[in-house]
Amino acid sequence: MAVETTTLPQIKGVKDVPYDELFVSGHRTCQGCESALVMRHMVKAAGPRTIVLGSTGCMYVANTTYYTTPWVVPWMHTQLGASGSAALGTAAGLKVLMRKGKLKNEKINVIAFCGDGGGADMGIGAISATLTHKEYNCLVLLYDNESYANTDIQLSSQTPYGAVTTFSPSGSKKRLMHTRWKKNVPGMLAAGHPESRYIAAGCAAYAVDLMNKIRKALELGGPTFVHTLDPCPKGWDYHPQYSQELGHLAVECGIWPLYEVIDGVCNLTGPTRQIAEGRKKRKPVYEYLKRQGRFAHFIDEDVEHFQAEVDKMWTEWLVPGVIPFTVPAKDQAILKIDKKALHEQKSA
Amino acid sequence: MAVEVKPRESSDVETEQLATGCEAIAEAIRLADVDVMAAYPIRPYDGVMQAAAKLIANGKMDVEYIVADGEHSQFEIVKHACAVGSRVFVGSSGVGWFYAFEAIAVTAGLRLPVVAICGNRALDDPGAFGTEHNDSLAVRDLGWLLPWAETAQEALDLALMAWRVGEDKRVSLPVAIGLDGAFLTHSQQIVKIPTQAAVDKFLPPFDLGDRLLHPDNPITIAPQVDQDWLMEIRMQNDQAMRKAETVIREAHADFKRLFGRGGESPFLDEYMTDDAEFVFFGQGTLALPMRVAIRRLRKEGHKVGLVRLKWFRPFATAEIVRSLSRFKAVGVIDRDYSFGSPYYGGVLYNEVRSALYSQPKRPVVVGFIAGLGGREIEQPMAQEIFEKTKAAASGDLKSGDTTHWIGVRA
Repeated sequence: MAVETTTLPQIKGVKDVPYDELFVSGHRTCQGCESALVMRHMVKAAGPRTIVLGSTGCMYVANTTYYTTPWVVPWMHTQLGASGSAALGTAAGLKVLMRKGKLKNEKINVIAFCGDGGGADMGIGAISATLTHKEYNCLVLLYDNESYANTDIQLSSQTPYGAVTTFSPSGSKKRLMHTRWKKNVPGMLAAGHPESRYIAAGCAAYAVDLMNKIRKALELGGPTFVHTLDPCPKGWDYHPQYSQELGHLAVECGIWPLYEVIDGVCNLTGPTRQIAEGRKKRKPVYEYLKRQGRFAHFIDEDVEHFQAEVDKMWTEWLVPGVIPFTVPAKDQAILKIDKKALHEQKSA
Repeated sequence: MAVEVKPRESSDVETEQLATGCEAIAEAIRLADVDVMAAYPIRPYDGVMQAAAKLIANGKMDVEYIVADGEHSQFEIVKHACAVGSRVFVGSSGVGWFYAFEAIAVTAGLRLPVVAICGNRALDDPGAFGTEHNDSLAVRDLGWLLPWAETAQEALDLALMAWRVGEDKRVSLPVAIGLDGAFLTHSQQIVKIPTQAAVDKFLPPFDLGDRLLHPDNPITIAPQVDQDWLMEIRMQNDQAMRKAETVIREAHADFKRLFGRGGESPFLDEYMTDDAEFVFFGQGTLALPMRVAIRRLRKEGHKVGLVRLKWFRPFATAEIVRSLSRFKAVGVIDRDYSFGSPYYGGVLYNEVRSALYSQPKRPVVVGFIAGLGGREIEQPMAQEIFEKTKAAASGDLKSGDTTHWIGVRA
């Protein structure tokens, strides 16, 4: 029997976005919750022949309170650190049942989502393992609101440098309790899993770009990964009406580069590409930091440190925002590395 | 959603082969047409994953064989494969079992009939490879059915029973078969391998019905129910466990009819109990040295027997009480510990005493902790267990306030 395939063409613009909503009312996420928007875009892009697995976190607790569910597609809870295993087990189950003729042979999308706590902290091992099982088609989506926002805003490995959380308050003796730089999850996963055909970083503020990334991940198949940065009014301390604006600023300040790695080829997307090409000027990080209460205790030297780290990411990293190490000048020739900025390469 | 099922390669003749407990379970996996299994190495359970891998490599069975990155992932993978309708198998031992504990707990909560083996192994630290039942017993309150095998044959038979009982819609609970590490997992015995045709008669295809996670059945599984509904759901699990006893009896009757094995009762295996005054009570492979001791003691004129427990959960209380009330004294041998428990007894000891409490006529119950960490229960130890049980039967020892550690160096 031939496999029935659903094709997910790339969306050309806002008017081309599917009308059907598969993540609807019936949830109690906060006003201005960008993670809820990610859920909506994710499943809108994937379509109705999709199974969603949701690991513990905001998008579990706030979305699925018994008697109500916003999910039009089949949905199942999985444990905090188990999004990778949930995706793998579901995909393997469907594959073998279809092979043995126990289930109708058709394309069913499998998406497991996790927050930054579940994905970047506890579940990173299982996600990494899943990305090596190239025979199973599944997508792991990490919605990153930069804290354990469901449990009272505790810091995670995705919380930005210096930010106030309930585990990192700013006090009279210690201005900054949290001084670790944000773990580079999509870059790490892309570098470490050469057989994963698609790994991307997106943001719901760039909705079409994000939906297309979801579609590419599902169309290319195998185990894939998408990481979204989701402004969180409660955790970041700003008025809910500014969520989209903060998403834009995170990208425009160069803090959250948008990119995708398709079959080992890295493409910068959206404004990140424009910045790299020199068509757009990177905004100072202060524009972003000053809008959020979690950075209200920053003094000049904190802002300067933050700016310096972001600058380093753009000027020294092998690939801005993706591959963090640099190569000494004497080795760049033997490693065939051209360290000229992208816009210089283009004009050359 | 189930469509044409491909005919499977059938073995028409029952065969006998020399197999370890692990290899016997691997044969059961083949015969049950398992869809997904997840492996991760830890001794001694992993013998079953090695045996299954060989069967797959040699084209003897078609299973998605996933080598996971840890036990937590192992158990999560099969849990989710089960939710989309796959028959699954998984397992672990000792601290590996504990690494998977979160996934083990939620699997029972989800009522997904995952079948596992626990190759019983002492918990670190300090390290020990040998058998101890505390790994399996740690899940005793969560809704897992817990049978214990004594022989490789029984391991194979219990595995087939496990899918049949666990997947029964009245039960729909996971099953973890206890296999004593080394003594059973890695000891070879003659095992009868049933025919595919007979197994197909015994074991219907797995059908989750309206609980299947599929786009044609877009349900939401395991939302937040909080105090509003959790108690009702817990009670449903309790009712499923109560029904399991009946379902096990039905499956056992069918098993005996089709395969001619399984003994009188699915729950108890009695040895020389007809005229016995006192008995030993335990589970797993310790039955073997105790039988040897019983034969020796009988020659000396002592009326002693053995009652071996085959299913710890569900605990067949009425049948166990009926059986044990016939004797003057019961020596419960625990290959486990429960530090700080009533009378500092083992887990089995306190379960047995609790079951007997409301009986007007009840035997004296003496507790023995023996064979921990895979230590052999040798004949001098069996003799000591016998003497202490006999003393209790004649009133020399007070019932209940005694737990004896057997064979411990001073």
